[in-house]
Formats: sequence, structure tokens, C-alpha cells
Amino acid sequence: MDNERKYFFDNPNNIKRLLYVFYAICILLLLMEFVIHRHISHSWENLWGFYPVYGFIGCVVLVLVATWMRTFLMRSENYYDDGNAVDAENNSATDTQASTHQTSNNKTGDSNVDD
Amino acid sequence: MWMIEIPPFLPFFIGALFAAFTRGNLRSAILIAVPVLSALHLWMVPDGIHLQLAFLDYQLVPYRVDKLSLMFGYVFHIAAFIAIIYSLHVRDTVQQVAAMLYAGSGLGAVFAGDLLTLFVFWELLAFTSVFLIWARRTQRSYAAGMRYLIIQVLSGVILLAGALFYGAEHGTLSFEFIGLEGIAGWLIFIAFGIKCAFPIAHNWLTDAYPEATVTGTVFLSAFTTKVAVYSLARGYPGTELLIYIGAAMTCFPIFFAVIENDLRRVLAYSLINQVGFMVVGIGIGTALALNGAISHAFNDVIFKGLLFMSMGAVLQMTGRINGSDLGGLCKTMPKTTVLCIVGAASISAFPLFSGFVSKSMVMTAAVENGHEWIWLMLLFASAGVFHHAGIKIPYFAFFAHDSGIRASDPPNNMLLAMLIAAVLCIGIGVYPSALYSLLPYDTGYNPYDATHVLAQTQLLFFSALAFVWLNLKGLYPPELRSTNLDFEWIYRRATPVLLRNVFAFIWKADHSLRQSFHLRMDYLLAFVARRHEGRISGLLSRTYPAGSIVMWVAVILATYLILSFMTH
Repeated sequence: MDNERKYFFDNPNNIKRLLYVFYAICILLLLMEFVIHRHISHSWENLWGFYPVYGFIGCVVLVLVATWMRTFLMRSENYYDDGNAVDAENNSATDTQASTHQTSNNKTGDSNVDD
Repeated sequence: MWMIEIPPFLPFFIGALFAAFTRGNLRSAILIAVPVLSALHLWMVPDGIHLQLAFLDYQLVPYRVDKLSLMFGYVFHIAAFIAIIYSLHVRDTVQQVAAMLYAGSGLGAVFAGDLLTLFVFWELLAFTSVFLIWARRTQRSYAAGMRYLIIQVLSGVILLAGALFYGAEHGTLSFEFIGLEGIAGWLIFIAFGIKCAFPIAHNWLTDAYPEATVTGTVFLSAFTTKVAVYSLARGYPGTELLIYIGAAMTCFPIFFAVIENDLRRVLAYSLINQVGFMVVGIGIGTALALNGAISHAFNDVIFKGLLFMSMGAVLQMTGRINGSDLGGLCKTMPKTTVLCIVGAASISAFPLFSGFVSKSMVMTAAVENGHEWIWLMLLFASAGVFHHAGIKIPYFAFFAHDSGIRASDPPNNMLLAMLIAAVLCIGIGVYPSALYSLLPYDTGYNPYDATHVLAQTQLLFFSALAFVWLNLKGLYPPELRSTNLDFEWIYRRATPVLLRNVFAFIWKADHSLRQSFHLRMDYLLAFVARRHEGRISGLLSRTYPAGSIVMWVAVILATYLILSFMTH
């Protein structure tokens, strides 16, 4: 029954509206640079839009590098669990989805052991 | 007044004792009363040394109070109070007793005035906290706890060795500025570094914290690393090496955090990143930088606790914590969602949230002292922390694609604990003077000037814009069920495999060596048998009956017996 309910984010238009507000704030923040008199402690801060550009590029680089790191760092979910299977070395990133047995994920450790 | 003599770890240890023998509401009342009463008591205590005793030739100071230790003492009380409320519903004596002992050990460590006392509490921290990991009672948590314990105890042993060298070099064990001089300086530095999760010594944290219980992780995130930060701030302020180590700590974990699936492990990586800011501040060592490091530790305990609590609530209510399994929870867990976002905004250092008023001090100190490349790294890390802790955590848990899970908000005690933490996050962010007045130095720093607020807001909003853009373009890496290799691979996979292969080779070589020796012996015997048909073969022959040698032994023994009678 709960599934029938419509939530705010179920409507794609709401998400779109939210994004437009977000874009507007971003532009506003850029324009504020002309209004607010800034006192700076480093010459790089003089560059127009230093912080916005640095933040944007920094994050894009971060995500792209991290994604690339997956190509050589990613192993199956139970990589360390099956100690005997040295062959797991050779597991490529592709079969991670196929891992079948889910280990301890469902145990939260909050069971009432006292009673 | 006699009250003044009570070191703050004592109430916690006594509370743990009572908790072990009580049940139900009485235990809850005791658990809550301990941090409240102890905090009130601590508030009255004036600065200065309060407890001294002589041990062998050394003066021990088990209880020393000054502004630096008080800062950590206060926040440890707040953390203990919040975490205790968060775990009130738990009916597990092991966890509740261990948590009290652990909090007490943390307090003991930050009020320790000499290295020997510090060592004792250093090890107690390890031995008490590991039960919060084992209390999960899974095979995984057992193994992770074991690795955690080994590394923590190793750190303690190095600290003890360092303390002994220090005592021999300086003739005193008092815990003041140490500096990187001599063997003692380096040993103690390494011991602190391991507990502080320095790069390549950091995996105990990302390994063990996500395997602990829901409530255990909240305790764990507050004490161990902050004790290490305190110790560095006490013993190594102004050590240049720390600037570079800290900068590395701020940057490398965020890459792992972006691709990590277990959301509590994401938080563990971001914990290292936040500790990195503190380590940089300690390394710079000016009044402003130290203030920044200490106040950031203070704030981090609260907002990181809040984030771990919100993810703990998710794990508790859904039984899942992987980003790939979650999503859309904001529909049925609205309160948790809001509280998590407050924590996310605080760790991302949004203006009016607590992270902003402390992290900015470290950044300002870095640029003012000419560490411009470090400053750029910290700026990158600030954008990155917003990216993975500020956006990724709430987004993949509460929004993103709808996982179909319809879990409700957690029990009221968990919500209350999160609410207290959230109120503190906003309170400190809006009114930082209260926090600043507790700091060791008076720098007259004001975080809310227009330039700084604008710069930080721009940085964060455009980081968010990058996230939106990458998501819309489909470039954002999806959450995948996976393990990502980190330095721990060296000791969890490479070393065991190497040892296994080495030993396999040794056994094999040994086996073939023995076999060839046997073969040669056989040849030799056959050769001898052939050559000396009559005489020697009689002695060496295998067909000679074994019974005859038994008879000869009996004869020899009998002779002995007779001889011994005769000599008497």
C-alpha cells in the first residue's frame, strides 16, 4: 500500500525544478564575485572564478581518476573471504556482479543477546 | 575539595562495573548519568596538574589538566553521552560495558601527564574497543577485529619502547613536546602515526570500523583517532613532516571513498581525510593552525558521529549498508534523512555548519605560512569531501534510484542522539565564539567574513554542479558490489600467499632431498650387501631379526644392574 503513495521525488518535474533553482544559485554565486569586495591572501584568488572552476574541475578529475582506479583495484565482494582461492587473483572486475553468496550484510550486531 | 582529585576515567570505569551487574532501565539510567555527572565535574576542575605519584625513579602524572586536554575531555564526554543515548535500546552487556571502558580509556589517555600512563590507556583503548567489533558476532567481524587488535597493540608496544628510550635520554617520562629527535622521538611518532591512520598504516580503520556493530562504530569513530590527534598536538606541534603526511591523508582517501560501496566504509575513508586536516594544522604549528586542528577534532567527533549514526540507522532498519542495495529511503525515513544532511553539510564545511568554523582556520594558516601547494591540496580535499561524504552518502542512501525498501525511521533514542548531534553541529556553526573561547590560544579569528563565505560557498556549489553534470552525463561511477584493493592487500593477501608459496617450496625441496637421500642409502646398502656377502652384511642386513637386538639390550641392562649392586 505504501508503494502506491506518490512522493515528492517521484515526480520528475519536481527534480527538474529543484535543479533549475540549483543552477540559478550557481550563477548568482558567480556574479556575486563582482559585487563583494574581496580581500585576498594569495594571488591565485585574483583569477576570476578561481574557486568555482577549481571546485568543478577538481571534482570531475576526482571522479574520473577514481573510476579509472576501478580498472585495477576492483575485485569481487568476497575477495578476502575465500582465503584458499588464490585464483581469485585473476578475477577481473566484470564478475563482481555475479557474486552469489551475500555474507554478513544482514547481521547488524544489535541483536538482543542479553535476553 | 576532594572531588577535584577524581580523574574522569574513573567514573566511566565504575559505570562499566555497574553496567555489568544491572539490567534494563536501571542500567540505562547509570549509563546516562555517568557522562553527565563526569562532565559537570570536569567543568569545575581548574587548570593545572592534579595527581602525581612516584614510580621507581620517575614522577608519574596520571591526571594532568590544561586547555588542550580539557578540549578533548569535553568533546569525549559529549561523544560518550550521544553514543550512549544512541545505543540505549541495545541489550548486550558486552557492548555496553566495553563502550564505557573504551570511553574511559580515551579520557584517561588525554589526561595522561606522562608517557607510561599514556601507554596504559593506549593499550586499554585497543583492548576495550575491539569488543565493539567482535560484538557483531560474525566471522568477518571476528577476523577484522583480530587484525585491528594486532595493529593497535603493535602501536602500543612501539609507544612503550619509545617511552623507555625517552626516559633513558631525558631522565623523565613527562609527556610534553617531544619532537623528531633521537630514537625515542621517532618511535613515539610512529606509534602515534599508526593510531592516527597515517598513509599505509590506515587500513585498520577502513577494515574494522565498518565491521563493528551499529552502535559500536559510533563509539569507535569518536575516540581512537582523536586520542592520536591529541597526542600529536601535544608532542609534535610544528613538525614539518606532519604537513606533508596530513596533506596526503586529506587527498588519497577521497578517491577510495568515491568508488567504495559500503557506506560506512566511505565514512571511514572520509574520517581519515578529516584527520588529515588536523594533522596539517598540527604540522604548521602556529597558534591559528593548532586552534584549527583542535577545534576541527572537536567538531569532527560530533559530525562524524552524526553521519555514522545516520548510516547506522539505515543498517539497523534495512539490514543493508551497500550503496548498491539502498536508495529512495527519504520517503519513509524523512527524519534520518534530514539529520544525515545536517551531518553532511557540517563535514562539507558549509557556512553556518560546524565544519566551516574550524577547517577554515587550518586552510588560512596554510596559505598564510606560504604552503601554497598544501593549501591547493586541502582545497581539493574540501571539494572532494563534499563530493563523497556530503553528496554521495545522503544521495545513495536516501535518494538516487528507488530500491523499494520501505524502512521506517529508527527508534526514538537513536533519533534523539542524532538530533542532539545535529543541534550541536548547527549551534557551533552559527555561534562559533562558544567553541573558540575554549581553545588554547586567543587568535581573534573570525570565520564569517564575506570573502571567505563566498569562496567556500562557490567551491561547494560548483563541486555539487560537477556531481550533477557527471550524473546527467552518466559518467558517475555506479555503486558496484566489490572490494577495492588498498594497502591492506599487502598483509591480507600478498604476504599470506607469498608465505604459502615459500613454505610449499620449502616442503617440496625438503621432500625431494629426503627422497634422494633415501634412494642413495638404499643403493649403498645394496652395494655393501653385494660386496661383503658374509661379514658386514651380517651386521647391516635388514633381514637380521629385530628380536636379537632386544635380547642384546636386555643383556646390557642386566650387566648394569649387576655392576650397580656390586659397587654398593
